[in-house]
Amino acid sequence: MSSWQPLALSFEVAFFATLLATTLGVLIGLWLTSRRLWGRDVIDAITSAPLVMPPTVLGYYVLVALGRNSAIGKAWEAIFGSSIVFTRTGAVVAATLGALPLVIKSARAALEGVDPTLLKAARTLGAGPMRAFFTVHLPLAARGLIAGVMLAFARSLGDFGVTLMVAGDIPGETQTAALAIYDMIQGHEERAAAGMVAVLTSITIGALYLVNKLTAVPREE
Amino acid sequence: MKSEDDVTLEVDVRVERARGRGFSLEARFSVRPGVTILYGPSGSGKSTTLAAICGLVTPQAGRIMLGADVWFDSAHKVSCPVERRGIAFVFQSLALFPHMSALANVEYGLPRSMPRDERQRRAEEMLARMKVPHLASRRPATFSGGEAQRVALARALAPRPRLVLLDEPFSAMDRELRREFVADVRAYVAEARIPMMHVTHHRNEARALGDHVILMEAGRVKASGGIDELLPASKDLLDDSMRISTRE
Repeated sequence: MSSWQPLALSFEVAFFATLLATTLGVLIGLWLTSRRLWGRDVIDAITSAPLVMPPTVLGYYVLVALGRNSAIGKAWEAIFGSSIVFTRTGAVVAATLGALPLVIKSARAALEGVDPTLLKAARTLGAGPMRAFFTVHLPLAARGLIAGVMLAFARSLGDFGVTLMVAGDIPGETQTAALAIYDMIQGHEERAAAGMVAVLTSITIGALYLVNKLTAVPREE
Repeated sequence: MKSEDDVTLEVDVRVERARGRGFSLEARFSVRPGVTILYGPSGSGKSTTLAAICGLVTPQAGRIMLGADVWFDSAHKVSCPVERRGIAFVFQSLALFPHMSALANVEYGLPRSMPRDERQRRAEEMLARMKVPHLASRRPATFSGGEAQRVALARALAPRPRLVLLDEPFSAMDRELRREFVADVRAYVAEARIPMMHVTHHRNEARALGDHVILMEAGRVKASGGIDELLPASKDLLDDSMRISTRE
């Protein structure tokens, strides 16, 4: 096994987790912008919880909901022949959970930032709700959304706690870079860990820099 | 050929808004081709009335019809979606799409079934008619106030609407711009023989633009009739000059 394999796995997991978190996050963010939504603050609190909840608690919930004895776990295994937990799928689920609140928060702020009159104008000009969303709402919220997606990618690239609980630390299967670094430090291989640490650090700082650029308010001339 | 009566707008609605201060609107009136002013102080329900007519607000009860088309009828659970009513709505903020060129803004309202070339030709024609063909490839951020209004009007009128609603789009304009805009809108409405409603709380503007007026107060229609009868001219000479130049 190449020493960079965990990093490659991290990118693979982060890619799918970001895809999943973006799709779900934009939909939930849009739902939360609805003025008529009852209990919006409660839903917002629940969807934000993964940001501050201990990874072990979050991991516990995932194991209960998606474990081999759960209804979803059984159904998944019947269809795909393998379980969700302690596989790459589990690693993707774990990374998605960490990334989802970041997408939801960014998407909600970006979508709410679009002048609602523009959406009403689109409707009066013959656009149905879907066309108004894809041609006006989404493009005008794009900067904030892209910022959220980048944060989500950086976050899912480095997930540790939930991944360990839900997917384990199986070399070549679920051992992502964050887990490999932990193992290397435990095995006194600090020099080997340094390369991966440097890559993850650069990507995180690079992503945050771009997020700042994207969300900066343009200065008045 | 349709008679004028075919395009009369009939409105009889009750709108309750739970949020805010428990505002309720009860409005019953009809609007014939020509320009009808919805006149009243801020908070009298003018904008809510327009929103109900175009379908952006759903009334609790009532009926809205344009000619023989029923747009809303609570008794028969009919509610035609906004996008199918064929209304031109010019918002107070104009609401031009900032990420699209003037041409794309105008094309937006044309039917998707229309070939692309035809859509573009129609949009260019409309911009030319509104005297802003040079703005076609530019985005709204670069427009002056007057240019933005012309593009907004071109966009609203390009789909050949059956009803025009203006929600105080002149509020941020200076007198000269208002005069030009008013003349353009009146010319279009007269030619197309369609009803137009215009919301305002400015007497000068109402008199300059309107044929008929509906007076609103606290969510109720107080009176409706001819503009001269219900909103007599003020003594301000500037009002009269505006009126003469735009209605002759």
